[in-house]
Amino acid sequence: MKTDELITALAAGAEPVDSRAPSRRLLLAAAAGAVLGLPLMLVLLGVNPRLAQDAQLPMFWVKLAFVAAAAAAAFAIALRLAKPGMPTRQATVVLSIPFALIWLLAAAALATASPGERQALVMGSTWDVCPLNIAKLSLPAFVLALWAMRSLAPTRLPLAGAAAGLLAGALGATVYTLHCPEMAAPFIGLWYVLGMLVPTVAGALLGRIVLRW
Amino acid sequence: MKPASDAREARLHKLMVAALRGDAQAYAGFLRELTPFLRAYFRRRLQSLPDDVEDLVQETLLAVHNSRHTYDAGQPVGAWLHAIARYKMVDLLRGRAGREALHDPLDEESGALLIESAPDAAEARRDLRVLLRQLPDKQRLPIEYVKIEGLSVAEAAQRTGLSESAVKVGVHRGLKSLAALIGRRQ
Repeated sequence: MKTDELITALAAGAEPVDSRAPSRRLLLAAAAGAVLGLPLMLVLLGVNPRLAQDAQLPMFWVKLAFVAAAAAAAFAIALRLAKPGMPTRQATVVLSIPFALIWLLAAAALATASPGERQALVMGSTWDVCPLNIAKLSLPAFVLALWAMRSLAPTRLPLAGAAAGLLAGALGATVYTLHCPEMAAPFIGLWYVLGMLVPTVAGALLGRIVLRW
Repeated sequence: MKPASDAREARLHKLMVAALRGDAQAYAGFLRELTPFLRAYFRRRLQSLPDDVEDLVQETLLAVHNSRHTYDAGQPVGAWLHAIARYKMVDLLRGRAGREALHDPLDEESGALLIESAPDAAEARRDLRVLLRQLPDKQRLPIEYVKIEGLSVAEAAQRTGLSESAVKVGVHRGLKSLAALIGRRQ
């Protein structure tokens, strides 16, 4: 087929296109992924029995704000990476803000604690299960975010996969706050971040294969 | 050079915005104006693979078509097109890893696509019609009737016995499958 014929073929009956479709699709995937993480959390882990008391502490809301902000920023960067030629520098700076804040808070908590308390602030009592639990809860969002990304047009595949993975990881962490008893900023700054990094790295590695179009 | 490529950017942007609203004539104009730039762009960068240039032009046009919903009207259309063209070229080169073509410099600047154009139309080596035959009838017939023979959706629906929305869906899915078939053969 000549190129000119292809052009005629493609242009024939061009339908109006909705440019909000990409954001809607990614948002739908993120929302569905988070919602599907809830029954997974209930079955695998159960709700934190002290949730009602914990929710009265400011730190519970700081923790929730951190993971929710990370999810929102990861969404913004994933959406940009889903579209060809979109700059991502600003979105990267925005993404670094929640992480910088939780680390600042962690540093302040460690600096003001007595030497004997520091280990407890970092390790808590659930450090050994936290990252893996977050990774597990992020699985539905991981699959859906990659699927949404695949239906768009990412041109930097490892990065796009990583952004979809981070979005899923932050959503998994958001669901995990309903189970997790930990309240210390150093714990969250380390183990939550590691948990979010698991799907991020998986997405970066899978991106080249599953996002190809 | 710069003012000329700015004027092209403005013209292509106008055509693309109209095309996204469903203006088929603007869309054809957009694709037709874009094609020589794609050809020149690939020809300059694939000097060791001249036979692949026209295949890549067609594949990129199909990719532009299939991903046109990812174009944001606030974004320079040149940057969007360049990212797609570059992606398709890198994808081709990666598929042939080991060729020295991989060492050809790949430019990063986003306006690079709209600088030069090559006017002549060439025949692709890979015939899309042959690939089209591999699609299931539900996708192939709507494409052949609507896109190639230029029938209206209603006429194509009558001829295939499908509903009008099934014809539209068939065209849409078929063009996606066609792009996927091209990808698999590399």
